[in-house]
Amino acid sequence: MKRSGDTGVLIVDDEAPARSILREMLSTLPGVRILGECANGFEAVKAASELRPDVVFLDIEMPKLDGFEVAELLDPGIAVVFVTAYDSYALRAFEANAVDYVLKPFRAERLAAAVERAQARVGRAHANDRAAVLAAARPPGTYLSRIVVKDGARVHVIPVEKLDLAEAQDDYLRLKSEGKSYMKQQTIGGLSAALDPERFVRVHRSYVLNLDRLARLELYSKGSYIAVLTDGSRVPVSREGHARLKAMLGPGDSRR
Amino acid sequence: MSALHPILARKGRLGPFLAATLPLSAVLTGLLTRPGTFTVAEAFSLALPLALVSLFLYLSVWYTSRAVPLRGGSLARTAVTHAVAAVVTTSVWVLSGAGVARLLTPLWGKGFPSRFAAQVPVLFSTGILLYLLSLALHAVLLAFEATREAERRALELQVLAREAELKALKAQIHPHFLFNSLNSISALAGTDPAKARSMCLYLSEFLRKSLALGERKSIPVKEELALAKAYLEVEGLRFGARLSVEEDVESDGEACLVPPLLLQPLVENAVRHGIATTVEGGVIRLEARRTGNRLRILIENPCDPEAPSRRGAGLGLTNVRRRLAARYGPEALFAARRLADRYLVVLSVPAQVAE
Repeated sequence: MKRSGDTGVLIVDDEAPARSILREMLSTLPGVRILGECANGFEAVKAASELRPDVVFLDIEMPKLDGFEVAELLDPGIAVVFVTAYDSYALRAFEANAVDYVLKPFRAERLAAAVERAQARVGRAHANDRAAVLAAARPPGTYLSRIVVKDGARVHVIPVEKLDLAEAQDDYLRLKSEGKSYMKQQTIGGLSAALDPERFVRVHRSYVLNLDRLARLELYSKGSYIAVLTDGSRVPVSREGHARLKAMLGPGDSRR
Repeated sequence: MSALHPILARKGRLGPFLAATLPLSAVLTGLLTRPGTFTVAEAFSLALPLALVSLFLYLSVWYTSRAVPLRGGSLARTAVTHAVAAVVTTSVWVLSGAGVARLLTPLWGKGFPSRFAAQVPVLFSTGILLYLLSLALHAVLLAFEATREAERRALELQVLAREAELKALKAQIHPHFLFNSLNSISALAGTDPAKARSMCLYLSEFLRKSLALGERKSIPVKEELALAKAYLEVEGLRFGARLSVEEDVESDGEACLVPPLLLQPLVENAVRHGIATTVEGGVIRLEARRTGNRLRILIENPCDPEAPSRRGAGLGLTNVRRRLAARYGPEALFAARRLADRYLVVLSVPAQVAE
């Protein structure tokens, strides 16, 4: 474990040589203590919650969870430095509130500068809603293909086509998929903006619905409806939500 | 094709076209004087405007011909359409002649229009003949244009095929591959200098080969595979135990010729969208064999069954498909399939060997 005053760092890269050069250069820097190394995103999320690093050096192209998804799941107090060969991700990294963005290959001085930047910001919250800013930084015309959720040290990956429903509950979202519920700290607006508008509808202030799961609409009271899903569960539909649904279903759809 | 008649569409064609008025008026004058009803002067005064009108009027056949082509379409429909068009066009022409006769009354005396009326049957038959003549000329013109259009299209296709090849070649070396390799070399330089040196050599071999091969039209599969092996050696140092390679190549298959750097994007996909997306990695299998007069190449790699889609892989596949189509046309077969946790690309082309 780290001594007080040291900056604890975690190295995350799926390639062994890339981890070794980071380790080699970081270990020579004063006040830096390497807490661990991870070869994939799942390990990284687990290690980050156990080792509580101040800074994570994070590769972007990795199996299972990419660097952006890992960043999304990290505690907001952890500074993220992306280390990658891809300069095309710079804008998204900036949006993800990364402290720095280092291009491979790099000099020891470049890494030292990144550490300094991170040290200057230790203790400050680096991100409030990383998921939302990442969604905003998505290239236009592309949508979220999977949602990552942290459950203690475990990470669940939900492909969006398996997401039935998202419900806002205070600062959290309850995501329903294949009969299970997951809680994620994110706003419903942030999620809704990242999802394909052809497949997901904001039917209510607090609900986003996968259109494929809609069985039928029932009139609840004057002007308000209830959406009945294929699994039988019922979701309130607001007036605006009903208008959006009607527009998407088209005149021939029996579910109207 | 434009909406304007090709003769009217170009300035240079109008002069010679108008010159045709003279011989046509001469023929018409001859026709109108023969029965002895008109003097030569009278007949010519009628024939000149009639010839001029007919030139433009019978150009309309072009539009009818385009609407109902002589070839293709039903014969009955084509015949009826042209018969109606011939009668209508000729009627308009004869009526315009009657109008001219009216205008000429002060010059040739009161009986002129009625003398013209007597000539209507002759003029009408002439008009129908003119229609048929125009139809024949236009058929030739349209056929000529169709041939030129076909030639232009063939040329265009050739240019497109060449462009696709060039574009595919340019997209070969990904800068990220270079940067990642250089990063690995930078790492190994400190910990394992011998390995760093061998990586430099593999990388140089790969670069030199891919630059040299791109200039040739066809290369043996053997050389293409040697390039792939240099590439996989470099990537092997990056991925370590996650990447292993299995080869099943027969000498008959190795000798066959393929377009240069055809397999390279497929091998790169196998690493970038296969090995790199899995935690455990696995085996990339390369197969090349000749069966009869076909060369069959297979590339198989592990992939993450849960990964949503192969981001960026599509472009490489599209390029390969295009190059195959440009080189072999319908003779090339290409398929890419995802089977649970494996990804499979198979291509089959006519087996060709160096002379």
